[in-house]
Amino acid sequence: MSFLEKGRGEFVGLDNYADVVSRKEFLNTERLANFFGGPSFGALIHNLLWIVIHLPLCLFFGLLLAVLSRDVKGSAIIKSTIFLGIVIPMIVGGVVLRFILDRDAGILNGILRVIGFGASVRDWTAYPDTALITVILGSVWIWTGFSMIVYSAGLQGIPVELYEAAKIDGASRWKTFWRITVPMLRPATIVVVTMTLLWELKVFDIVFAATQGGPGDASKVLAYIMFIDAFPGNDFGTASVIAVILTIMTFGVAAYLVNRMAKS
Amino acid sequence: MTLKKSSVFQTLKAKKFTIAVHLIAWAVALIWVIPFLGVFMASIRPFSEVQFGWWNFQSFHPTLESFYDAWIGRTSSAPLSSAMVNSLIVTVPATFVPIFVAALAAYSFARFSFRTKDLLFLAIVLLQTIPQQMVILPIFTLMKNIGLLNTYIGLILVHTAFGLPWQILFLRNFFSVLPVEVEEAARIDGASYFKIFYKIVLPMSLPALASIVSLQFVWVWNDFFFALTLIHDPSMRLATQTIPANITRYERNWSLLSAASIIVMIVPIAVYVALQRYYVRGITAGAVKG
Repeated sequence: MSFLEKGRGEFVGLDNYADVVSRKEFLNTERLANFFGGPSFGALIHNLLWIVIHLPLCLFFGLLLAVLSRDVKGSAIIKSTIFLGIVIPMIVGGVVLRFILDRDAGILNGILRVIGFGASVRDWTAYPDTALITVILGSVWIWTGFSMIVYSAGLQGIPVELYEAAKIDGASRWKTFWRITVPMLRPATIVVVTMTLLWELKVFDIVFAATQGGPGDASKVLAYIMFIDAFPGNDFGTASVIAVILTIMTFGVAAYLVNRMAKS
Repeated sequence: MTLKKSSVFQTLKAKKFTIAVHLIAWAVALIWVIPFLGVFMASIRPFSEVQFGWWNFQSFHPTLESFYDAWIGRTSSAPLSSAMVNSLIVTVPATFVPIFVAALAAYSFARFSFRTKDLLFLAIVLLQTIPQQMVILPIFTLMKNIGLLNTYIGLILVHTAFGLPWQILFLRNFFSVLPVEVEEAARIDGASYFKIFYKIVLPMSLPALASIVSLQFVWVWNDFFFALTLIHDPSMRLATQTIPANITRYERNWSLLSAASIIVMIVPIAVYVALQRYYVRGITAGAVKG
């Protein structure tokens, strides 16, 4: 469908591709030239930003919580609570993010007022320069439960003997963590990274509920512009182009995962 | 003497470490709880009280009015009373139909050999990773052409098709480690393949089936994208669709939105709490999709 014209369905070659790639909401070259400030980057870069910011944070918090919760009393409660983020509908997750970031009723501004940053209080999702970043950071809240639970399962698979041996050899906690825990969690890390990448590429519900892509193009992502093209816009040609781009990216990630799993 | 001193010092250090670990873990957990707490607080108080922060308690009048309003849809076009029923109508069949089909398919992949088996299996593994956004346009066109657009049957079919690949994969992995000997014994006693399947294999697979039921139920219930694209009639809206419907019309009534959110998310949370062990096992087995 990505090669067909809107409406009549004639074959138009790569015209739809040219149309999508030249659109500012897809990729804004002006902003790339002027990295700080200026109009928004476009959905392609927004998805990449999502990956660059969201992925490491989810890995970090997931691993931290999984490792800490081995020695913490009541860790089952902590884990269940954090895991709720991926049990609730993502559309609700998006609403909750918007609630947190609200100008008057949101807790973020409440905290900022208390600690003396009253000047920066604002409706975080209503400004082009903060909408995307705050939603990305907020979605760490939603997705960390996933990496935590996979890492927890991975930790259970590490033989206790390894830690005992390390203790006898007099290795410090820090060294034990880097030399035993991290390498032994490699398979878990591969799963977390690929699944999180797939999730970030496909993110839709959260954006739909929290910002609706706005203000302007500021927080649009690929799945969102595809939806807008296809359903309110009724242009299945360009929507298909975005779907194809999205699928190629997804398959790249998936092929990597299948390859790694086949090896192990 | 020196030995004793150093060991005391070490236990003290270990104690400090334990305290620090507890503090960090509980602090992070607190950060994670605050949004839920906010939603809960906003939902049980009138909007005028939480408008400038649910953490202000100068006046505190708990009320279930927001829940009632969200349920009957007093302030929006989206009553949750019918939407919750609609969601159930879709979710229950969309959970059990694919599991039945997937169990049969997975069993044949695990126990029989036939031509093109490997090819078919590879296709299923790859299908698992296809994003919703890729399939939605052809699905939409197809549903429109066969007249299933805006029907629950269409939506159930899509969820069935979408759930099958990972379920087959998950169940095949489970079936292939079940002991074959029991089935062979039954076979010698003259049981048919189908009888073996539902008298022996299925009862032994209850944990795996529980994982799939919980994951698929939660996934279908939580789905927004397929519902948004395939169901257009406002009276047929599913529960997840009513949430954004509330945002656009009454942008800042956080009490109402919170109450509606709680009503919608209490169902997957209940499933998760009831089947927690199986749910987590399903996720960690790599049976995750989206």
